[in-house]
Amino acid sequence: MKLNGGQALIKSLEMEGVEVVFGLPGGAILPVYDPIIDSPIRHILVRHEQGAGHMAEGYAHATGRPGVAMVTSGPGATNIVTPLADAMMDSIPIVVITGQVPSAAIGTDAFQECDIVGVTRSITKHNELVTSAQDIPRVIQEAFHIATTGRPGPVLVDIPKDLVDPNNPNSAMEWEWPDSIDLPGYKPTVKGHPRMIREAAKLIAEAERPVIYAGGGILKARAAEALRELAELTGISVVTTLMARGAFPDSHPLCLGMPGMHGNYTAITSMQQSDLLIALGSRFDDRVTGKVGAFAPDAKIIHVDVDPAELGKVRRPDVPIVGDCKAVIEELIKAVRELNVPQPDRSDWDAQLKQWQAQFPLHYDQGWNEGDALKPQFCIEMLRDNSPEDTIVVSGVGQHQMWSSQFWRFNHPYTWINSGGLGTMGFAVPAAVGAKVGMPGRTVWAIDGDGCFQMTAQELVTASAERIPVKVAILNNAYLGMVRQWQELFYEERYSEVYLSPDLPDYKMWAEAMGCVGMRVEHPDEVVPAIEKANSIDDRPVVIDFRVDWTEKVYPMVAAGTSNDQVILGPEMGEGGH
Amino acid sequence: MPDKPRHHILSVLVENKAGVLARVSSLFARRGFNIYSLAVAPTDDEKFSRITIVVDVESSPLEQVTKQLFKLINVVKISELDPAHAVEREMMMITVNAEPGTRGQVIELVDVFQGRIVDVGHDQLTVELAGPPSKLDDFEDLMRAFGISALQRTGRVALPKLERTATKLRSLGKVG
Repeated sequence: MKLNGGQALIKSLEMEGVEVVFGLPGGAILPVYDPIIDSPIRHILVRHEQGAGHMAEGYAHATGRPGVAMVTSGPGATNIVTPLADAMMDSIPIVVITGQVPSAAIGTDAFQECDIVGVTRSITKHNELVTSAQDIPRVIQEAFHIATTGRPGPVLVDIPKDLVDPNNPNSAMEWEWPDSIDLPGYKPTVKGHPRMIREAAKLIAEAERPVIYAGGGILKARAAEALRELAELTGISVVTTLMARGAFPDSHPLCLGMPGMHGNYTAITSMQQSDLLIALGSRFDDRVTGKVGAFAPDAKIIHVDVDPAELGKVRRPDVPIVGDCKAVIEELIKAVRELNVPQPDRSDWDAQLKQWQAQFPLHYDQGWNEGDALKPQFCIEMLRDNSPEDTIVVSGVGQHQMWSSQFWRFNHPYTWINSGGLGTMGFAVPAAVGAKVGMPGRTVWAIDGDGCFQMTAQELVTASAERIPVKVAILNNAYLGMVRQWQELFYEERYSEVYLSPDLPDYKMWAEAMGCVGMRVEHPDEVVPAIEKANSIDDRPVVIDFRVDWTEKVYPMVAAGTSNDQVILGPEMGEGGH
Repeated sequence: MPDKPRHHILSVLVENKAGVLARVSSLFARRGFNIYSLAVAPTDDEKFSRITIVVDVESSPLEQVTKQLFKLINVVKISELDPAHAVEREMMMITVNAEPGTRGQVIELVDVFQGRIVDVGHDQLTVELAGPPSKLDDFEDLMRAFGISALQRTGRVALPKLERTATKLRSLGKVG
């Protein structure tokens, strides 16, 4: 069958099962936008290419299927650089297709030319400039394979215009869908080494103070059920990192919640005092370990990761296991059973954990007097308690992100979507749109800060136009709150360039101008009715501007570069050292 | 000179495709590691090239870079060669002043080092010399007395020694 490159590209996406593409056309990608009219693939027209990238990420987070974005050359391509870096850091499978100037013009500083393959080399799992229309099906097939297997990540495919333009002879190709993938340098290890798995089972059977340190890899590997089985079989408590919230139910008696810089006291301290850390799909991020030299000094380490480069990168493991988390955990469960020795008596340790939980719960000042601003944590608790249990929560980056992770109760995998590694402000609105597109039957709440919201709010126009009814709760404290918190604590309250104003812009009017329902909430009594109203609206996006207390800070906190032994619990509770 | 403890040789088998060298070298650049020498050429199978990288860093950061290198889709195999258990060779071309009064001495040294004279001018010679990098260093030192007007070295290539045991210290091969 003779096709042109543009048709072949769309057909290749159809062959990969793509149901939706987020994008924005322009000169170099124009020929591909013609065959899209005749394709069953849904195209969502964004208002800024960064939105397309984050939507693809949100879609991938929520569904587990690769998100796809398509943009033009030059500025279109550079605008999607941030989502690529974000997806690289958080191992999100997305495929980004960029138009490129015609082959003959490459390297001539042509209009809207940018060497995007060069620009994105270090922030993609792989990228490729296509040099022949005949290669398009193979390159697209490889792109999806690479994005979704092993440690997932972003792949960029750059396609010169002449290869897709039916008026150019370079676009002629004979359609052929390869029946196998030939990548001699890419064979991810799935199965863990049996001897290492037996070693791990032995360490588990000897440990008196073990903790499972579950990371985002659990979710990528669809391993939440296996994790639960392992925890219940061994009776070992689980901390879930920022990227793993929901991978183990917060309601489970073995769940200790989030560790790290703004983790809870018990999660942080259990790791510090453990004698065995079972790291599953986690990467000893600096926000989790605090000062590395002082992190979990007595702990032996079992480290399971599909990416061999993670093993020993930060902390040398006693038992390194390269493999897919699900496959390895299932084998580990078998090995624990086959070893057939009772788990040691850990009642003292378990009692210690319970005592910490009782003594140092997450906490905020709930007192309210007439005229006070709302407490942001209270708004999140009310959202949590008045929305469906399987609501998907999407956040931006900053204080609101930490409070959301702390105060929501995540009992299902894939209900928490945020930008962890790169810390991309403005992530929430477009990622929520992408999540809602992938999971149209679920309630999707973006919990956003006022600073973040201003970065990508224009994608609510996309949401209105495309009838994607996401909901946005702005915790409006009129500040770049996390930066302000650091200036308060570490720069002697010298506030530099962090004030944003509560009512410039007017968020309610802005929301309405973008076709959303806009609300403003200032009094505690209005909180629940506003949330209920928002949850009842299903035909357009909703934005609630919650006016929250700008003085509120995120606690607990381990200051950057200090040891996890120095947990600052908050103004009333002091330091919980030991 | 990188011949002392911090000198490592990586032999990297890659797919012979555009941009692969840039991917490999940028992983070193990102960490501020200077590549001391680099040699690239196709192998017996033209689908693959071998990149021989000599790099001057401590072992532990190098291990991390090696692992990162291995993540590149186009990288097929990496061997780190222990300089004590590898055969290293390099080639050099050098144009040296050789006026009639000193020409005889230059030619004598070229003979001692088993080099070849590949071009002759009125008062200069161009010499080709291949061998272990240290031999090239020695020759370069000796020629300096006569005056070097141009010098080009290829960067070293290396393969593991056959007759000794510990050939590959670390070898990352893709299973399958």
